[in-house]
Amino acid sequence: MYAFDFERPSTIADAAKALAQDDAQALGGGQTLIPTLKQRLAMPTVLVSLSSIPEMRGICRSDANALCIGGATPHAVVARDGGAFPALADLAGHIGDPAVRTRGTVGGSLANNDPAACYPAAALATGATIITNTRQIAADDFFDGMFGTALEEGEIITEVQFPIPQAASYQKFNQPASRFALTGVMVCRYASGVRVGVTGASEDGVFRWAEAEAALSNSFAASALDGLTLDAEGMLGDIHGAPQYRAHLVTVMAKRAVEEAAT
Amino acid sequence: MAQISITINGKSASAEVEGRTLLSEVLRDGLRLTGTHIGCDTSQCGACLVHVNGQLAKSCTMLALEADGAEVRTIEGMANDDGSLGDIQQAFQDHHGLQCGFCTPGMIMAATSLLRENPKPTEAEVRAYLEGNMCRCTGYHNIIKAIMAASGQDVTLAAH
Repeated sequence: MYAFDFERPSTIADAAKALAQDDAQALGGGQTLIPTLKQRLAMPTVLVSLSSIPEMRGICRSDANALCIGGATPHAVVARDGGAFPALADLAGHIGDPAVRTRGTVGGSLANNDPAACYPAAALATGATIITNTRQIAADDFFDGMFGTALEEGEIITEVQFPIPQAASYQKFNQPASRFALTGVMVCRYASGVRVGVTGASEDGVFRWAEAEAALSNSFAASALDGLTLDAEGMLGDIHGAPQYRAHLVTVMAKRAVEEAAT
Repeated sequence: MAQISITINGKSASAEVEGRTLLSEVLRDGLRLTGTHIGCDTSQCGACLVHVNGQLAKSCTMLALEADGAEVRTIEGMANDDGSLGDIQQAFQDHHGLQCGFCTPGMIMAATSLLRENPKPTEAEVRAYLEGNMCRCTGYHNIIKAIMAASGQDVTLAAH
C-alpha cells in the first residue's frame, strides 16, 4: 500500500469535513477497498473511516414500512436484526464469508457498485432510497454503470431505506471462489407491482428486468417467465460463464426467486 | 506514526503504527504473536482470522488504526488458563483436523465464532461457515468432524 493519513471521525459532519480534503477517500468496512489499496489500484492521500459514527449504524422500521439501515451497518447485523424484511436479511447473510460480513457495510457495497455485488440488486428491486449527507437519491437514479454511482466526491451514504415488500426472495448462483454472485436476482412483490433487480449479469452493472416485472405483475408465478429471454449481447463473459450462460441464468434465478417468494 | 492501544488476549498492549499498517502486521511483527498466519494477503484464505470485539475479522484486511481501543483475541488466547488445549483445539487434535497446520489458527477462530452463534450446527452449516477458510491438505472432512465433535455431537457418520 502507498502511505496515507488516516482519520476516524465520530460524526457525519466531521467525516464530511475530512472528506473535503484533496484525494480523500471514505473507508467503509474495507473488504474491497483494502485489497484494492494493497494492489496499489488506489492512492488516497487520506482515508476517512466511517466505522466509528454511531448515527450511521443500526436498523429500524419506518412509519412508511421501510427497513432503514445505517450506511455503516455491517452485513452480519442486517442478517441478524433485519427480520422485518427476511429476504434482505437472507441476502446480507450470504454476502462473501462470515468475516467479510462482520466488516463489510451496506453503504460501502452500494457506493462501490461492483457489477456482481448483492445489495445493488436489492436496492433496485425494492426501489430503495439512498440517503446521503446532502440529499436523498432514488435507487433508480443511483446506479450509473459498472462501479459508477450518482455520488459526488466526498458524499457519504448515511442510510438506506428499503421498502418492505409483501413477498420477496433473492437467489444467487454462487461463484465459490470470489464469493460474489455469478448472477443474482431479487424479486419483490408490492401492492403496486413487482420489481426485479439483476446483478452479476450485465456489463453495465445492476439493472431492472422490465419484461419480467410486467409479466410477474400480471401473474406472480414462475411460469409467467416462460419464454422470456434476455439478449446475451452486453452480458458479462469470463472464464466462469459466457454471456449466453449468464443471460440464461437470469431467467433461472428469477424463476427460483418467484417460487421461493410465493411459498 | 500514531499510537494504538488494544487489549490482546486479555492483556493491554500498545503499538506504533502508520495509517497503512494492517492489524495482521501489528500482531505478527509488533507483538510477535505469530500464530496468526498470513496465507494469501488477498482476503481469501482465512488463515489470518482473529476476533475483534468478539467478531470474526480478517486481520490482513483491517487497518491497525481501526482496532484502536478494541479487544482482540488470537489463536494464542484460545488455550485454557492452565495451558491445556481448548475444546475446539483438542477436537482438531483428536480428529486429525490438520496436516500442515498452516490454516489451523484461522479454522479455530472461525469455528469458535460459529459455535458461539450456532452451538449445534449441522454438517452443511459448518461447511457453509467455513467458506472463507482454505485448507490445502485435509480435504476439510476431518476439520468438519472436529468442529461437530467440539459441539458435542456424535460424529461417527459425519463428513463421510
